[in-house]
Amino acid sequence: MIIGQIKDGIVLDHITAGRGMYIYDILGLGKLDCTVAMIKNAESTKLGKKDIIKVGQVIDLDFDVLGYIDPGITVNIIRDGKRQKRQTLKLPERVVGIIKCKNPRCITSVEQELTQEFKLVNPEKKLYRCIYCESAAPKIES
Amino acid sequence: MRNLIDIMELSVEELQELIDRAMDIIANPEKYAHVCAGKKLATLFFEPSTRTRLSFEAAMYELGGHVLGFSEAQSSSASKGESVSDTVRVVGCYADIIAMRHPKEGAPLVASRKAGIPVINAGDGGHNHPTQTLADLLTIYREKGRLTDMTIGVCGDLKFGRTVHSLVSAMSRYPGVRFVMISPEELKIPKYILTDVLDPKGIEYEEVTSLEGAMPKLDILYMTRVQRERFFNEADYVRLKDSYILTPDKLKTAKNDLCILHPLPRVNEISVAVDDDPRACYFKQALNGKYMRMALILKLLEVDV
Repeated sequence: MIIGQIKDGIVLDHITAGRGMYIYDILGLGKLDCTVAMIKNAESTKLGKKDIIKVGQVIDLDFDVLGYIDPGITVNIIRDGKRQKRQTLKLPERVVGIIKCKNPRCITSVEQELTQEFKLVNPEKKLYRCIYCESAAPKIES
Repeated sequence: MRNLIDIMELSVEELQELIDRAMDIIANPEKYAHVCAGKKLATLFFEPSTRTRLSFEAAMYELGGHVLGFSEAQSSSASKGESVSDTVRVVGCYADIIAMRHPKEGAPLVASRKAGIPVINAGDGGHNHPTQTLADLLTIYREKGRLTDMTIGVCGDLKFGRTVHSLVSAMSRYPGVRFVMISPEELKIPKYILTDVLDPKGIEYEEVTSLEGAMPKLDILYMTRVQRERFFNEADYVRLKDSYILTPDKLKTAKNDLCILHPLPRVNEISVAVDDDPRACYFKQALNGKYMRMALILKLLEVDV
């Protein structure tokens, strides 16, 4: 299968296989007018299988969100058909407004205007806890 | 501006500073009788409490300050749907410091971000209760003369028992401390306290179901109540509430210098017959709580004495 090269845009490479659509939704790529390609289960020497997303324009990306969802992603910025920048991600210290605390005893369960915020407590285990009640963050969908 | 939301916000040095201050208050109460004159403590209790609220109020009165507030959510604007943030913004206009109890976990943290004055967590659901831990630490210090090198048994509801979570976290910073977690299977201590707090420091602990089996090795026995308000299911509460009852008979194998603690209120988990045992320290603990709250109020208000 051939997907055309991008002149100006972004390529999200090394997405964990099966997580591409989730990232597509989280980043709101469905709302863009430009070309967006989502490739599932592409062959990868590093991962075996991977997902890839190509976006036909340079958009602002929340690297904290991406780093939290899938820290192995490589972000490539393409300008004039050439890779201008390649960026790897890391787990963010804080994750704000992405995931919701599921503890029914948490203050956020009744005061829903509060910002949902999780902090990284164990990078090895990729463990985040709610800053209000310290419940572990729910698992990320794949 | 400082708050106290979680006991771990206080360093070991700051804890010792509070203990030293409390000891000085005990020795020289007259020196502190007017140091908070003109200052107001707001006690915002969205959940019923007798001793914690009265302890805070007594603490402020003994420092020469004043107290305002409410003792249940029904008598506050929370019953009209007001948010915690709005409530404390208003209270911040009237008072100098807030002590807050709330049934939802994290509510005092929310308050501390909006109040504009220091906020003390006086218990948030099953989460934290740092000033109870201050009372526990002063009691252990006064009874044992140290906070190091001891075996601490915590018994009862270790799952929802916020006082246990705070005590284990606080005591885990002192060398030579070991823990015995005594509970039914359903009320075991949350795994994250073992994996996040104790394991990284290499602290010894064991999880057991028999109080009698653990008794001979304990220097401190911290009893807790199985709390009805923490259960969504009444049947589970009824099944577990009588799991551990401390009686004079069970104390026969205990050390002579055991120190028995309980955050109170008790229901039946410590027999009244134990009260006259010199090892029973839970009423002293309530008194020590007042002294530590006095020391904390002085620290957060930055009062020079």
